[in-house]
Formats: sequence, structure tokens, C-alpha cells
Amino acid sequence: MINIVGLQKSFGRQKVLDKVSLSISDKELIAIIGESGGGKSVLLRHLIGLLKPDRGKILVEGEDITKLSGRELDGIRQKFGVVFQGGALFDSLTVYGNIAFPLKEKTKLSRWEIHERVEEALEDVGLRGMEDKYPAEISGGMKKRVALARALITEPKIVLFDEPTTGLDPILLHAIHKLITDTHKKYGFTGVMISHDIPEIFHVVDRIAFLYKGTIEVVGTPKEIRASTDPVVRQFIKGSLKGPIEIS
Amino acid sequence: MTGLLRMIGSWALSALRKMGHMFIFLVQSLSYAFRPPFKFRILLREIRFIGTKSMTVIVLMGSFTGMVLALQGFYLLRKVGSEALLGPAVALPLIRELGPVLSALTITGRAGSALTAEIGIMRISEQIDALTAMALNPMRYLIVPKMVAAIIVFPLLTAIYNVVGIYGGYFVGVKLLGLSSGTYFSQMEHFMNMEDIRIGIYKSLTFGILVLWVCCYKGFYTGYGAEGVSKATTEAVVMSSVLILIADYFLGTLFI
Repeated sequence: MINIVGLQKSFGRQKVLDKVSLSISDKELIAIIGESGGGKSVLLRHLIGLLKPDRGKILVEGEDITKLSGRELDGIRQKFGVVFQGGALFDSLTVYGNIAFPLKEKTKLSRWEIHERVEEALEDVGLRGMEDKYPAEISGGMKKRVALARALITEPKIVLFDEPTTGLDPILLHAIHKLITDTHKKYGFTGVMISHDIPEIFHVVDRIAFLYKGTIEVVGTPKEIRASTDPVVRQFIKGSLKGPIEIS
Repeated sequence: MTGLLRMIGSWALSALRKMGHMFIFLVQSLSYAFRPPFKFRILLREIRFIGTKSMTVIVLMGSFTGMVLALQGFYLLRKVGSEALLGPAVALPLIRELGPVLSALTITGRAGSALTAEIGIMRISEQIDALTAMALNPMRYLIVPKMVAAIIVFPLLTAIYNVVGIYGGYFVGVKLLGLSSGTYFSQMEHFMNMEDIRIGIYKSLTFGILVLWVCCYKGFYTGYGAEGVSKATTEAVVMSSVLILIADYFLGTLFI
């Protein structure tokens, strides 16, 4: 589904991604973990064409999106749904308006059909009755759920989650993870999630990729990652202060 | 010496790159304005924000500008015994210079800064990225309606500024200083023509595009965090104000 080949990106003199290669299968749910500021969000932004790499390829269903721009890139973007870190909800629109927005702008569905889809999405994320609230009037957890509903409303083939649970309490964290797994089962999308939730993430995804020093250090199932003898991975999972990862 | 030359060269190149970037931004946003789909609902919202909500301050500023002009004009004209020329002394500078310039500066302070902050916050809260990720062009949604609204609103607000200013001058000249009402308006008609009004409209149109161009650009490419937005807003207001005065001078030399 998605093939990242030798991706390199630098900002000035700082090399953020250094020959990142990763294959993501169809309908797989994969998490990218790694140090804060280690380039995970930069990698995710490359997948949707928000950033252009210095070198390397990103093949989405066989098409190299790093070579595309304008309408061609927009065509590929139709396959994606994105849940941004802070939700990125439109301040001027209500919860209903935010969820309905992609359908209103990108499809020719009737007002009634849009209404039905939005009602279903609100039901999925447990936000019935909140339709008329503005983003400023709802909690952080609700914003994440609205963002999830907005990302899924067009039933995209691929959904990118940029730290969907950051800043949430443990109960909400589990609620969002359950929501992601439930919607993954229902819609069958390919999911790429950036997460810091260790060990909770082990119960959510099919595979985990560990990004370290700008490159993918290890990829494997949660079981394989847990059993990894790599000192970097072990230190990261344990959250230990001692080890090869230096705190900057 | 080589170091100094290198520094100047590097600064000049960077400034040229920034100007080119800004110019491409303007061309892109204006080109989208003529291509469907047109966002009429957003356009109406922007007209309301830039135009309707600026009315109070425009009326207030316009009336006092006219009143000050009449007061100072009367003081000067009385010295040369030409009080009868108070009407054109108020109307001519208002319509040709002060109306377009001061209304543009007022709108920059009231609406331009708010637009930069609004777009800047949308940038740092990833709302612009969200639009791009949805395969929707953020320029079409955020910039074009504001630009078109400015092209519609600036001449209209300038016209209101001028009319209110002329009546402000009338109040001081006729009601307070005892000039005859007929003299005030008839001399105005005698000394002015359509060319003066046309110049005012051209200027306000130019200022509208300039202000929205700078304010939208600064917001769209704002820096990180609250500091980035604050810096972008300050830069937008300062740059717009300076450009208004520079453009006013050059347009003035064109039309004189």
C-alpha cells in the first residue's frame, strides 16, 4: 500500500530523516514510535505531501507522490484522512460543520445524505448532542474524536494519526485507542499512527516501527518489539535514563 | 571588504527571494479569484468583517478629519480673505489624498491586523495543513475571498469616509464658523471634477490590494507559536502602512 524508500530530509544543517525505508501493507495498522523531536511528524507529513523530501521515494499504491504536485497530488490526497496532533478543527465551524466539511466540499452528496453520514459519524465517536458546539467549547478528548470523525467521514483508504492521544488522561486514552481499533475494523483502512503511548500501543496496532536518529531502527509486531534485544529499543520501551539514548 | 560585500550580497539576495515569494503569492491568489468554484458565502462573510464592521471607526475618523480640515483651512483662508474656498479646501485633499490614505490606514489597523492573526493562528494550529490534506486549496478558501472583499470594500469605505468628512467640514465651516451653506458646496462643485474622484478610487483600490496582500502573506507564512503570530501581525501592519504612503506618493506623481 505505502512504500517509503530511502527518504532523506534536512532542515538547514540538521538531518531529520536519513534513508528511512518502510513498507506498510494494505489494511495494516502500524505505529511509529521514537524520541520526541526525532522526525516522526516530519515523516508523517511527507506521506501526505505536506513536505517534499531531499531524496527518496514514497510510493502510494505504486505511485511516487514525491514527484507529484498540484491536481495529481490532490488526487492522491483523496485517499487519505488525517488526524492532526491538536485536532486542527476549523474554529469558525461547529462540530457538525467540521465533520460535514469534507463531504460538502469534495462530494456531490445531497444535504440529506450528508446529514445521515454526519449523524452516523457522531454516533461512532460518541458525540451525539454536541453538533452545535464550537471547537472552543469542547474538551481536548472531544476535539480528538471530532477530528477522527472528520478524517473518516469520506471513508479514506489510508488514515494518518499524529499523536491522537497526546495530553489525554488514561481513560480517554483507552477510549480513543478503542475508537481507532473499532473504526479500523468497521472501515478497514490502512492506518499509520505516531504514538508515545507505551505500553498501551502494543495492544492497538499490528506492527511497530521505531524511528531513531532519523532512520527506522526496528520494525516488528508488538511481541517482537517487546522481545527485542536492541539496547536502544529496550531503553526506549522501559523509559530508562541509562542507555545509548542520550537526553538532549 | 570582501566580507562586507558578501554580507550585502547575501542580504540583497534574501530580500529579492522574499519579494519574489510575495509576488508569486499575489499572482496566485489573484488568478484563483477568476477561476471557479467561487466561494460567495465566504466572500460575504469577509465583506461583513472588513467592511461593515469597520463602518463605525471610518465614520468617526472621517467626520473628525473633515472637521480638522475645515478648522485649519478656515484659519488659513481667512488670512488671505478667501474663506469662500473652504468647501474645496476640505473636499479636494479629502477625496484625492486623505480619504484613501487614512481609510486604508484605519482598515489596516482594524481588519488587516485581525486577518493576519486569524490566518496565522490557522497556520500554527494546522488548520491550513488540514485543508491541504483534504485536497482543498487553502488559498481559495482563505486568501481569495479576503482579496476580493478588499477590492469591493476599500473604495466603498473610502467614499463613505469622504462624504462624512465633507459633512464634518460643513458642520464646522457652516454651523460653527458661519460660512454660508451655498458657498461651501458651490465652490466645491466649481473646483472639482470627476478626475479627482477617479484618482481617489484608483488609490483606494491599490491600497486595498496592497493591504490584503501584505496581511494575508504575513499570516499565511507566519512563524512558530504565539510569538510568530505576534511578530507577523506587527510586521503586517507596519509594512502595509509604509507601503500605503509610498504607493500614495508614486500614484500622486502619476496623476498630478
